[in-house]
Amino acid sequence: MNAPVKFYQTGTFTVGNRLLEADQRSVQSSEARSNSLNSGHRACQGCGEALGARYVVDAAMRATGNQLIAANATGCLEVFSTPYPETSWQLPWIHSLFGNAAAVGTGIAAALKVKAHKAGKALSEVRVIAQGGDGGTTDIGFGCLSGMFERNDDVLYICYDNEAYMNTGVQRSSATPMGARTATTMAVGAHPGAPAGQGKNLPLIAMAHEIPYVATATVADLHDLEAKVEKAMSIRGARYLHVLVPCPLGWGSASHDTVLLARLARETGIFPVFEAEHGEVTSVTKIRHHVPVEDYLKLQKRFAHLFGTPGQPEMVAHIQADADRNIRRFKLLDETGE
Amino acid sequence: MTMEKPFAITLNPGSSLANKTGSWRTERPVYVDRLPPCNVQCPAGEDIQGWLFHAESGNYLEAWQHLVQDNPFPSIMGRVCYHSCEGQCNRGQIDAPVGINSVERFLGDEALKHGWKLPEPAAESGKHVLVVGAGPSGMSAAYQLRRLGHRVTVKEAGPLMGGMMRFGIPKYRLPREVLEAEMQRIVAMGVTVELGVKVDNIADTMAQGKFDAAFLAVGAHIAKRTYIPAKDSAHILDAVSVLRSMEGEDQPMLGRRVVVYGGGNTAIDVARTAKRLGATEAIIVYRRNREKMPAHDFEVEEALQEGVMVKWLSTIKQADGGTLTVEKMVLDDKGNPQPTGEFESLEADSLVLALGQDVDLSLLEGVQGLEVNNGVVQVDPLTMMTGHPGLFAGGDMVPADRNVTIAVGHGKKAAHHIDAWLRGESVAAVVKHALASFERINSWYYSDAPKTVRPQLEIARRTSSFDEVQGGLTESNALFEARRCLSCGNCFECDNCYGVCPDNAVIKLGPGKRFEFNYDYCKGCGICAAECPCGAIDMVAEES
Repeated sequence: MNAPVKFYQTGTFTVGNRLLEADQRSVQSSEARSNSLNSGHRACQGCGEALGARYVVDAAMRATGNQLIAANATGCLEVFSTPYPETSWQLPWIHSLFGNAAAVGTGIAAALKVKAHKAGKALSEVRVIAQGGDGGTTDIGFGCLSGMFERNDDVLYICYDNEAYMNTGVQRSSATPMGARTATTMAVGAHPGAPAGQGKNLPLIAMAHEIPYVATATVADLHDLEAKVEKAMSIRGARYLHVLVPCPLGWGSASHDTVLLARLARETGIFPVFEAEHGEVTSVTKIRHHVPVEDYLKLQKRFAHLFGTPGQPEMVAHIQADADRNIRRFKLLDETGE
Repeated sequence: MTMEKPFAITLNPGSSLANKTGSWRTERPVYVDRLPPCNVQCPAGEDIQGWLFHAESGNYLEAWQHLVQDNPFPSIMGRVCYHSCEGQCNRGQIDAPVGINSVERFLGDEALKHGWKLPEPAAESGKHVLVVGAGPSGMSAAYQLRRLGHRVTVKEAGPLMGGMMRFGIPKYRLPREVLEAEMQRIVAMGVTVELGVKVDNIADTMAQGKFDAAFLAVGAHIAKRTYIPAKDSAHILDAVSVLRSMEGEDQPMLGRRVVVYGGGNTAIDVARTAKRLGATEAIIVYRRNREKMPAHDFEVEEALQEGVMVKWLSTIKQADGGTLTVEKMVLDDKGNPQPTGEFESLEADSLVLALGQDVDLSLLEGVQGLEVNNGVVQVDPLTMMTGHPGLFAGGDMVPADRNVTIAVGHGKKAAHHIDAWLRGESVAAVVKHALASFERINSWYYSDAPKTVRPQLEIARRTSSFDEVQGGLTESNALFEARRCLSCGNCFECDNCYGVCPDNAVIKLGPGKRFEFNYDYCKGCGICAAECPCGAIDMVAEES
């Protein structure tokens, strides 16, 4: 009779929405979500990684019918969740070393494959994820991860990127952005903070392996993040998910700004959100309200030396130019402007 | 407890739930309810956000039932209310205000279409209340009093119900079948309405009818005059009689050039009516400028679109046959018009004075304790009671702005206080929540959506007929419009707090039951408060 109404008050911007159909609702809006990372963990107030990990693992749990095993690298996520003898994890979970989470995941997947074959099945129903921070992924665990990729092992690897070694006292990693102050890139000298022209972009490196699925996401867009986990779990082989998780401690931000910062990272173009299959970008999340990089940087004390007097206007311009390059490269803005 | 443990392991595995991280907290999140600006603004005291909530899910019956708790005339409101609520709507600072008025009209029209019934009256109280005047205020009071279980008799001097809604508001703004249907719905509740019965002396009527209390809402029907030196042949009428005679058989003879004197909504109504009666020119003469005009700007705009002309900063000095002498004015520092001594003449077949209305207070003669100031009856603004115990008053006859919505609000308020007074009680003062300001809204979360514009009759068509000018919304448009509501200051269960807590310290209680904080684990990070779209969470310092 009437055309269907496409407008739902908050649409899918909020975690839940009573006006949406059940199948459009997020895992996190459900009272039955698995809370894979339970209360009582020792993450800081407003920890983006704790939030991101629950989002990802709960979504993977739903996608696999709770048939899931996790391997974890050393890092904040491991330390705050599992101080002996307590644990916050509500799924089979193993920690071995800082640099070998991908290899442990590979081993579990291999064992599950053998078990499945012995039971007369082609594939294991039980699935494997491996996860770590940016240090354990982009630096220390990079060799194992690259091996997992090139062998196309049936593991989803998730990197929770908070852009430095936060657990050990905020040292620079190869994911630390240019200009950020860390304990090892102090805000001193002609070019304060992390140097320019260094570091690596792991999502692009993962794409270069031409694995079945690579995606980036943030803790500010839950529906997008959950859809990517679900898609990743529908695919067999090596998959990589890179989630930006703001860190109030290391970034010097207010604990209540965690989700806001993740949102601004996307809206400035600093952190492009996209999906790629077999080395090709297949979709990007467009910027909704484009804002200058200052809006993002000024909320973080790790960039405080870029502003005020004398400040570092050239470095800010450099960061803006990098964000603009991302916008062009990934086509983050609609042709119409927004 | 002993247990077989692996090598080098001495403790049993435990859950992190043993670690009560709530002890870290310096601030705690607290759910609050705030008063939305639309509700604050509504002169009829409607819970606008409350009824929009039901409309958002397409539950129009429940929305309408919620609405008529406060105002039994949604169809009328949706046409004649000046919807000052929309001026306060926080969404106006994002794109455009929610079209509250058009959704209200949609609900009202749905109710008439489907024959939805007003709530059943409570058990009979045995009390009998007199209402004088069947206008918006009187009928609103009659409705509320009847719901509370009182016997109600309305005495109306005119031949039909509606008061100024019938004899002041033109048909093109309020079709008479809509007015009559919403009036009859109140009669159907068991309210007795006596038409053509003028109350000449309230004390006598009260005594004869053994009434326990009375609500007076006789309106303001006497046109104000001003002294304009005029020769015999000048054709001068007043706006009240012109608009009233539109209801009768004989339409007023205004001629082809009509001049209307005044700057209120009534002046606009008369000018637009004149156009519809065939005047080639309808000219409003007003002594100040457009900014100072008391008429609502959208009505001025609609009138101008229809070809009504306005002579700003002008007064009429003399009427001589078909010629009016008009003096130009200037505004002084205080914004008051001052004469310039410059005159011009204006040809007119008739001059209609729309200079305001006075109240006929003759029925109050001899009543003890009453206070009359500036031609209106003084009432206690909290209870609407006059200086005479048991005698209440509202609408245009008490000190207030004069419009339908305010009148309805007076009727409701008076009814509740009459009810309390009859029981020898007083209405407990309600502590109101703090305002839900725009600063508390996290606008990121709301979908981008411009206001749906109600269809307007083509200008050519509406000036030649008395068809309704504003059309209604379709079902899907009304749903869309309702869903633009931000639910300022009151939880609408979007699950954001439940989702964004890094510590799972928000407990979801299920549909309609909202949420609870688990302070055993809440670390007080404040993400829930920052990411609450509607500003329904406060962060409060913990006591040290």
